Amino acid sequence: MATTTWEVVIGLEVHVQLQTKSKIFAGASTAYGAEPNTQACDVSIALPGVLPVMNKEAARLAVKFGLSIGALVNQRSIFARKNYFYPDLPKGYQISQFELPIVGKGELEIETDKGTKVIGITRAHLEEDAGKSVHEGFNHSTGIDLNRAGTPLLEIVSEPDMRSASEAVTYLRKLHTLVRYLDISDGNMQEGSFRCDANVSVRPKGQEEFGTRAEIKNINSFRFVEKAINYEVDRQIDLIEDGSEVVQETRLYDSEKDETRSMRSKEEAHDYRYFPDPDLPAMVLEDSFIESVRRSLPELPEKRKDRFIQEFSLSPTDADKLITEKETANYFEAVCEKTMAEPKIAANWVLGELTAALNQENLSIIDCPMESSKLASLLDRIADNTISGKIAKEAFSLLWSGTDSVDKIIEDKGLKQITDTGEIEKIVDTILQTNSAQVDQYKGGNPKVFGFFVGQVMKQTGGKANPKQVNEILRNKLD
Amino acid sequence: MQEKTLSEHAKSLRSGEYSSLELTQHYLDRIEAHQSLNAFISVTAENALAQAKRADEALQNNAENLNRLTGIPLAQKDIFCTQGVLTSCGSKMLENFISPYDATIVERLNQSGMVMLGKTNMDEFAMGSSNETSYYGPVRNPWNTETVPGGSSGGSASAVAARLAPVATASDTGGSIRQPAAFCGLTGIKPSYGRVSRYGMIAFASSLDQAGVLSRSIEDGAMVLQAMSGFDDRDSTSLQAQVPDYTSELSQSIKGKTIGLPKEFFGDGVAADTADKIQQAIRQLESMGAKTIEVELPNSALGIPCYYVLAPAEASSNLSRFDGVRFGHRAKEYVDLNDMYEQSRAEGFGDEVQRRIMIGAYVLSSGYYDAYYIKAQRLRRMIAEDFSKAFEKCDLIAGPTTPSTAFVLGENNDDPIAMYLNDIFTNSVNLAGLPGLSVPAGFDQKGLPVGLHLIGKYLDESTILNVAHQYQMETDWHLQIPGGFA
Repeated sequence: MATTTWEVVIGLEVHVQLQTKSKIFAGASTAYGAEPNTQACDVSIALPGVLPVMNKEAARLAVKFGLSIGALVNQRSIFARKNYFYPDLPKGYQISQFELPIVGKGELEIETDKGTKVIGITRAHLEEDAGKSVHEGFNHSTGIDLNRAGTPLLEIVSEPDMRSASEAVTYLRKLHTLVRYLDISDGNMQEGSFRCDANVSVRPKGQEEFGTRAEIKNINSFRFVEKAINYEVDRQIDLIEDGSEVVQETRLYDSEKDETRSMRSKEEAHDYRYFPDPDLPAMVLEDSFIESVRRSLPELPEKRKDRFIQEFSLSPTDADKLITEKETANYFEAVCEKTMAEPKIAANWVLGELTAALNQENLSIIDCPMESSKLASLLDRIADNTISGKIAKEAFSLLWSGTDSVDKIIEDKGLKQITDTGEIEKIVDTILQTNSAQVDQYKGGNPKVFGFFVGQVMKQTGGKANPKQVNEILRNKLD
Repeated sequence: MQEKTLSEHAKSLRSGEYSSLELTQHYLDRIEAHQSLNAFISVTAENALAQAKRADEALQNNAENLNRLTGIPLAQKDIFCTQGVLTSCGSKMLENFISPYDATIVERLNQSGMVMLGKTNMDEFAMGSSNETSYYGPVRNPWNTETVPGGSSGGSASAVAARLAPVATASDTGGSIRQPAAFCGLTGIKPSYGRVSRYGMIAFASSLDQAGVLSRSIEDGAMVLQAMSGFDDRDSTSLQAQVPDYTSELSQSIKGKTIGLPKEFFGDGVAADTADKIQQAIRQLESMGAKTIEVELPNSALGIPCYYVLAPAEASSNLSRFDGVRFGHRAKEYVDLNDMYEQSRAEGFGDEVQRRIMIGAYVLSSGYYDAYYIKAQRLRRMIAEDFSKAFEKCDLIAGPTTPSTAFVLGENNDDPIAMYLNDIFTNSVNLAGLPGLSVPAGFDQKGLPVGLHLIGKYLDESTILNVAHQYQMETDWHLQIPGGFA
């Protein structure tokens, strides 16, 4: 049976670490990478008698997200206790939200190869992160690091609206871009600031009822999301086609082996015994608070994309590439502001040479060693015909690795374009004289030979002759 | 010396009649002499003497600007975290827990200059009405050492009744201040929920727990309550409301105050001699100018089942942190993580605590949550509404604190329900979050103290304190000393 008869159904639960300075219910710092348990205050380690106090900044960041997806923001939300035992969960329960989350229904549009698709967002709720178990270096014991315990998370739950792994990745990337734009999370996947669980099931195409789903946990990169889902889809289809059944369970993705494996079955699933946390009154958000958050919303990715298309006459594809990372878009805009070159040219350079150079050195745009003003001045020299686009690429790599200014590089390396018509004419004349056979071919009706002459001129001038002028002069002499 | 009120101590300390050091040593000696009551889990003599010394120095230098409580000793219930001192909560689970921090009320009482004598015995995790669930053994009632002092604040009650401390802190989740006050002939005040910070008070049932005071008189209790009360930004359920000046309002006349008498509090369940004393007390209040009126609390009988769903539910979760991982008891032998949890908790918690954890986990579990927890929450609202309706007709409510007086040690041990019924009049007050107090109102035929229970409107401690104080001005039940403890 071909796999096309199966429809894949995916819903994602994304845990976004909110970038507050202190924990969601305590004063300890949330900074990443500190020595174990140095950011574990009395509340973080759940000493007897300690109590949680809500960090309003976490609520502000959650509301920011809710407003950005046009979701219902619940002015009254409830914190609940999710009870289970685990050594890195100091209280024996996690404070989360269950019945009344801070953010209700909303939606996010994604671009698929079949066009725009709306993915429903069921809810987003605030909760605290757990600590970490450290298994290495403790000689048959496990170490517990509670620095992360109590770090605020926003869990964003989607509807089961995605129909392929690539749609899931598109949605996830979109969400990632959004939280970075909103400045509510650093979105760092390696450090666990942006984590994803996927609910995956399959059903025969046309069937309305959902198949039995498995929840895949522990997926910490975009690439793994796609691989984990594809693996899981194949596994489920194989199971059904072999006449057995998918069981409802939680599975772990192992990126080294590229497989998912069972973590706990439905029967082993925890009964979390949720109930409203009596230590925390209902969280009430005033209209004025929500309005102030609304006013603080930055330009969102979609808006920025539209603006780039309008204002800079960019293609939708280029605009989309530029806005995906907020810092790339910022860089691009900074270049545009400083250069007289066309925005389209700036976009090509940012998406082309600059991105390639960053990738080469495995750097993110945030760590870009080349200031936007440098790239802008390089583009200026193209625009004012000091150097050609081709020579500019040479200058770019010198600019990237060195500290010299564009003008100094052009000067020192003699990259300046030859724009003296007399000089170019002289060179053209010589070439036409020494290549009379080709001249005859051209005159005999073979226009392709024209390129040969251009090439010869460029060769002779080390690429520095102004290509436009070369073309004009050649035509004058030949036609 | 030990018969003096707190105001008298304050005066004597200022006049130089005796120093805080002498006063503290006096109480430490009494504690030592009456160890058989088992009222204390820890006696912190060294700390106490150091605190007393500091108080004396302060009193010599700057007496006018100091809190009136400066230099006066007190006992802290072992439910409150005290920095550098064992804070066991009456449990084996915390047998080794030296708290690294002070509870807010401990901090405040320290700041007011009071001297901590030690930590008092209590029912394990405040779960009990007789102090018999304590890992540290039962406490004895000074009025008859064969009887229980009540619980869970039994150690605090026994200590104050036997004059081992002039005053003690306590906590009340369903009656744990007021019932021991009644059993030991003391004044016990549980303020409105949110009045006193819960930060550093080891949680039993968070929505019901409230700290308060056990003292010999309303005047003493009000002074200490004043020092404990007020907003704390470390407790989200603490109230940002202004705390009235409790002591200055005590002297008002009670003329014209209307006292509601719920008929449900005067039924068959109350022992005849207890009921008699309560009737006498009410006649006394009437003779002082108060009016009485019958009111109804139709759902009050549901208080016990409601309480015994909600309190264990919260407790089951609150006590999850005692897992042997970071502090507290950890079993010596275990095969894996789950076994470590199971062994540590089975060894660390006593029977009553385990019973309540299991009840609590059960009522919260999926499939039972609606039938128990949600239903109990609905009942809780009904009980609170009953009080609101009754308070439309009266300023305060009166009745017996307990259905009968102190019972013999061991008497109710095999019957948890009989034990739970001790709190039948008190726990609905916690469910409604109201202030309540118990004051001595005479003795039953066995010579054991009877407690009069006054319940106030939400945040209106002042009225019940005022009425109870005026009652104490006209009666001498609170001045009686148990034999052998003069």
